[in-house]
Amino acid sequence: MKYLCLIYDDEKKMGAMSKNEMDAFMGEYFSFTDGIRKSGHYLGGEALQPIQTATTVRIRNGKLSSTDGPFAETKEQLGGFYLIEARDLNDAIQVAARIPSARTGSVEVRPIMVFDQQ
Amino acid sequence: MRASATNVMANDEPADHVRAMVDTIYRADSRRVLATLIRLLGDFDIAEEALHDAFTAAVERWPQDGVPANPRAWLVSTGRFKAIDGIRRRARFDASLARLAERLDAESIDPAALDDDGVEDDRLRLIFTCCHPALPPDAQIALTLREVCGLTTEEIAHAFLAAPPTVAQRIVRAKSKIRDAGIPYQMPSRADFPDRLDTVLRVVYLVFNEGYSASSGASLTRHDLSAEAIRLGRLLVELLPEPEAIGLLALMLLHESRRAARTSPTGELILLDDQDRSRWNRQMIAEGSALVERALSSRRFGPYTLQAAVAAVHAEAASPAVTDWAQIVGLYDVLLRADPSPVVELNRAAAMAMRDGPAAGLALIDAILARGDLEDYHLVHSARADLCRRLGRMAEARASYERALVLTRQEPERRFLERRLGELGAG
Repeated sequence: MKYLCLIYDDEKKMGAMSKNEMDAFMGEYFSFTDGIRKSGHYLGGEALQPIQTATTVRIRNGKLSSTDGPFAETKEQLGGFYLIEARDLNDAIQVAARIPSARTGSVEVRPIMVFDQQ
Repeated sequence: MRASATNVMANDEPADHVRAMVDTIYRADSRRVLATLIRLLGDFDIAEEALHDAFTAAVERWPQDGVPANPRAWLVSTGRFKAIDGIRRRARFDASLARLAERLDAESIDPAALDDDGVEDDRLRLIFTCCHPALPPDAQIALTLREVCGLTTEEIAHAFLAAPPTVAQRIVRAKSKIRDAGIPYQMPSRADFPDRLDTVLRVVYLVFNEGYSASSGASLTRHDLSAEAIRLGRLLVELLPEPEAIGLLALMLLHESRRAARTSPTGELILLDDQDRSRWNRQMIAEGSALVERALSSRRFGPYTLQAAVAAVHAEAASPAVTDWAQIVGLYDVLLRADPSPVVELNRAAAMAMRDGPAAGLALIDAILARGDLEDYHLVHSARADLCRRLGRMAEARASYERALVLTRQEPERRFLERRLGELGAG
């Protein structure tokens, strides 16, 4: 089954990290990604630029509105994702738990919708 | 399909007698059969239908064919067969079902796997699946009661003072999540095991507590839920004799042993100190105490075992005056290290008050409240009130009883607090 792991962190806390702390943190991410490539879980993944770079797009009454910022203000902000292949939810949870931000923030694990082919 | 007329071994037992046997087997074994069918068919609803069809077939066939040597295996095998058959028929209208039917049929079934050892694991798998942390807690409870205990949706709703459609929806959503999110029907891995067992024990204890002291409403205890929880506890200990599972069963039995003495005939609350100990169920106490010993001897015990040990010390005392309060305080000291929660601190404070006098207990309770903990917990205020009363500080006792009264939601507890307030007023 495919799952999306949505990674949320408090950007202020991340910003308050020293260079050494951040380097160590990114090092953990590289190891983690390496690990899940080898284990066959990895299907994709990216880090996102910070929340100030976000733009929210909506069409209402046929009119386009682009506004600055995320779609909602939250205590922790979406910072990246992994798309993984896992045996079942337990397997996916095990993978998500090893994402470094699971210790500092939150990781949401959502199964990918499967549409029945005819 | 009628049995062949030439089958001379067919046992033509009277239909009534066979019907009675089927009923007996249903009551004793239907949950075990269901658990195995869920594993084999991978779906709760399909398995429930299969269970129903299997028992219907038993009622139809056993009068002619005789009761099988291994009824459970027969029921599992028949249920599975009929389920795959049913899926195939519906597959004419739905292609994905055809694939499901093929997959289910292809999985070869070892007849021995339908027998006892396989079935034991299946009930455990079922409990752990129903209590998966990815399900909301109230859904864990509802699903466990429905699938493992066999309670109807109405019974669960009545027990938890909820509306049946609410409970039904909760269960439907839980089953959907299990299917859609891919919650596997499996025992947790070694690494996950301690946390997952914790969740299961928490669900069982929640069910017990809901039955032991109704969280709101007129009557203090709801007997059926407590019995259900104890039954679940026994099943867990039978299948998985972990120390904390043993400790939880002990705790529930020791609490339950006092049920008859806990309320007066008119439904008034009777505190432990005032209970008629001759009404305590000695058999449950003996069983509970033995279980506590067993759990403690493992050295891997935790909070449930320690709480059970406290309950056992109370149970051993012929009267409140001879209660070994020193031992109870000692147990709470250990419990506080294992479970540093304010409620445990409160219970320890109450025990301290018994061992060292009300002032000592009051100091601890005031420290808890000063931190801002338990402000809205009615029992901390009633405990404080009681200690103030014993110290002759009546104005403070009154204030605390009044605060407790505002916070309590149970009728018998309200009446008890009102009585205490009344007693303060006199003299």
